[in-house]
Formats: sequence, C-alpha cells, structure tokens
Amino acid sequence: MAIIKVVLPYHLRNLARVKSGEVEIEITDPATIAAALDGIEKKYPMLRGTIRDHVSGKRRDFLRYFACGQDLSHEPVDTLLPDKVIGGEEPFIVLGSIAGG
Amino acid sequence: MGGVRVLVGTKKGAFVCTSDEKREKWDISEPHFMGWEIYHMKGSPVDANRIYCSQSSGWFGQIIQRSDDGGKSWFQPGTAPGEPTHSPEGFPLAESNKFVYDTSDESGKPITTHQWYDGTQHPWEFKRVWHLEPSLDDPNTVYAGVEDAALFKSTDGGKNWQEMSGLRGHVSGPQWMPGAGGMCLHTILLDPLNHQRMFVAISAAGSFRSDDGGQTWKPINKGLHSNFMPEPEAEVGHCVHRIALHPSRPDTLFMQKHWDVMRSDDAGENWREVSGNLPSDFGFPIDVHAHEPETIYVVPIKSDSEHVPPDGRLRVYRSRSGGENWDELTNGLPQENCYVNVLRDAMAVDSHDSCGIYFGTTGGQVYCSPDSGDHWIPIAEHLPGVLSVEVQTLK
Repeated sequence: MAIIKVVLPYHLRNLARVKSGEVEIEITDPATIAAALDGIEKKYPMLRGTIRDHVSGKRRDFLRYFACGQDLSHEPVDTLLPDKVIGGEEPFIVLGSIAGG
Repeated sequence: MGGVRVLVGTKKGAFVCTSDEKREKWDISEPHFMGWEIYHMKGSPVDANRIYCSQSSGWFGQIIQRSDDGGKSWFQPGTAPGEPTHSPEGFPLAESNKFVYDTSDESGKPITTHQWYDGTQHPWEFKRVWHLEPSLDDPNTVYAGVEDAALFKSTDGGKNWQEMSGLRGHVSGPQWMPGAGGMCLHTILLDPLNHQRMFVAISAAGSFRSDDGGQTWKPINKGLHSNFMPEPEAEVGHCVHRIALHPSRPDTLFMQKHWDVMRSDDAGENWREVSGNLPSDFGFPIDVHAHEPETIYVVPIKSDSEHVPPDGRLRVYRSRSGGENWDELTNGLPQENCYVNVLRDAMAVDSHDSCGIYFGTTGGQVYCSPDSGDHWIPIAEHLPGVLSVEVQTLK
C-alpha cells in the first residue's frame, strides 16, 4: 500500500472535479503502472474509460505516462513504478499529447 | 407564458440558449464542457429538466453527461455528486461512458466486419456517440446512436448502456461502410403511434426499421439511387444524411440523402425523390414543421466536394407540399460571402403556435425563425463550429 502523487491532464481534472494540479492516490501492492491506474479509477470512477479502454485496458493513443523523466507509456503495465513515485517524492504523470487543435 | 430552450452542441463545448415565446431576445449560458466536442444534447419529451449530452474527445473518449435541472448543472450518471462512488464491496459504480458491443451468447452478436474506405473488411470499433434520443414516455430511457454504427439503450438514466445488437448483427453488416465522417448511426426516430416501431439511419448503410422494439431490423432503402455504389440501387450502402417525420403521421418519412431529397409514405418501404426545384439536392439536415406535416425544411449546399451554400448565399428551403416545390427563405440570413455548412443534427423545430425553426452552422452562428422560416434572427454569431441544435418548447 502506498500513497502516490498523480498529475492528471486539465480535462480529466475537470471531469474528476479536482482543482489541484496534483492528486493523491492510494495504490495497492505491488506498486505497478496498473496499480496506479486502478487507484486513479477507484478514487475517480468517472475517469474509467478515459485513460484506458474499458474492455481491453489499452492506453488511449493520445495519452502517455511519465515519471521521474522516464517515458513509461510503452512499458508493460506490471512494471514497478520508480522508487521516488512510490515514496511520494515524484508524481506519476498522465499526459495528453500535443496533437493540434 | 412559455419559452424555449435551445441546446447547442459545438466543437468546443455546449451552450444553452433561452428565450420567451417571442424568441427575439436570447440569454446564452456560459460554456459547458469547454474544449470537448459535443455531438448532441437532447431533452426528455416528458421531463423538460432532464437533458442528455454526448461529450467526447479524441484524447479521452466518450462521456455521457446528464442534467436534471434544465441544463444548469451536469453530472455523469453513475457518479452523481453526493452519491456513493463505490459499491459496498468497493467496486466503482456504473460508468455512464461504457459502450461495449454486446457479444454475449444470450443477447449479443459476434463482432463482425464492415467495409473500410478501401473496400477491405474492418472490424467494428466503438468511437463515439453521435445522437441521443430520449424515450417518448420515460425520462430514464434513452437511446444512443454510435460510431461504428450500433444502437444502445439505457433504462436507468444513462448509467448503464446495453447494445441492441440485432442491428449491428444484421446480415448486411459486412456491406456497410463509413461516410466521410465515419460509420455513424446518426438518426433515431421513435414512432409515437406505435411504440414497437423505430427508425434509424446510418452513413453509409442506409435506413432501417424495427417493428419489434429494436430486436430485429429491416433495411428500408427501396427507391434510393446512389451513383457512388457499384450497384446504385443496392439494398444497403446508401449515405443517408438524415431522416425526419411528423409525429401525427409517422408513416411519412422525409430524407436528405448524400444527394437527393426523398420521401416515403409507407414507413420506408418505398421512396421517391422530391428534390424538385432545389438549387442543389445535396445537404445534411431535414426537418418537419411542428403543425404542418407537409411543410419541410432543408439547407442545400453546393456538392459533396464543396460543403458550402450555392453562390455564397445561406438559404433555407421550405416546401409546403411535402417536397417538389421549394421556396427559398433568406430574410435575415447572409446573402453574400457565406461559406458555412449546416450539419445533419443542427436543425430543430419548436412547437409553439407560431412554429420556430432553428439551425446552427459550422461557422458558429445559431439562427432562429419564430415564424416558420419567414424571418431569421441570430441567437449567437460567434460560437465554435456547431455540431448539433435541439430545442425544447417550454409551456
């Protein structure tokens, strides 16, 4: 069990009705990328389906995951989060791509 | 004294416009869901405060929003503010944005393939909700027309959605193909005199009718002719842009097709062209006057390649004879240098004694005619591109 910091993109913060740039998410062990996503969706069920597909669990094409300067987008979702994320020092970042508009 | 509430979906958010019955002065709400595409909003015919909204984005997918106070505040059904967000077991409660094709043995159909742009076969993939059609008698029941083409139904106010898979699973499915905007189910018409009967339209598959409450479906495209198809009069494959009916005569249907304005007087069994003297019979919306079942409206645009009004003049055309003979309506509309389009879900009518006609443009203008089309006034002129317009008559 860990409390991690998560940065959500603007539109998802609005959907989740949170004002702050960072939110705190409780995640279960092992502290993987999937655990972080599960934790986000457990605290904010209105975000289910917006970051990853409801059925396949596949990350949406225009979203990326970053932490501690690493691109975690293409890592297996059972990859452990960096120690500094698990320790609450650095955030897990869900980032919307710059794709025009 | 009554009024009207106009629900405007745009490429960058939703707007709620209100006026009294004169429909001369308008209040426009602050934008809702700013930055999101609002393909459609529609109110329940039996509860004017109940409005459903389709909110989507290429980044974050599909969201369904609901208002129970006439568009002042919104929430995602299933996660209403103040309600528990989790079941006693700790699982998140139902999500309003979960549209999953039904492939179950009990009620579903297998995911098959449809034609892709290049003629190859392509599997069905859910993309977004184009149209929401609330039930005629139950505010908690609402239908959703989606891309890739399928029909969904919710009976709990938009919390849970179940596919009515008989349509997607129709034997003709592999012949359906996407239009330029995608393979969308964009029109849902509910027959007010026969609750077992519904009509839908799909680009580019055509029109379909169910006589058993949506369990089974029949293509109703006889009489349509589409030159872009190898077989121009095939049973399916037609790019129907919109169909409309008058509630007092639901066996009479009017259609704006890719090209051609059509009508049927036998619930879609047979169609005949009624384009008559239109300057172009290409267009997207079509609608019927609230009190005159033979008075219909279209907005011609130049061609399939040039989605702009002919001659740069924005004109609504009205036929008082159910087609064939059309009059141009221009009073109050720009008659020079106008190159906007009116999309298929961006026209609506109210049911006040003096019938109001409404439409929105890709240039962000929303117009109202409080007198059946004789005069037009702008409700708004600088919104984001308009995707849909619906109106609620408040009495």
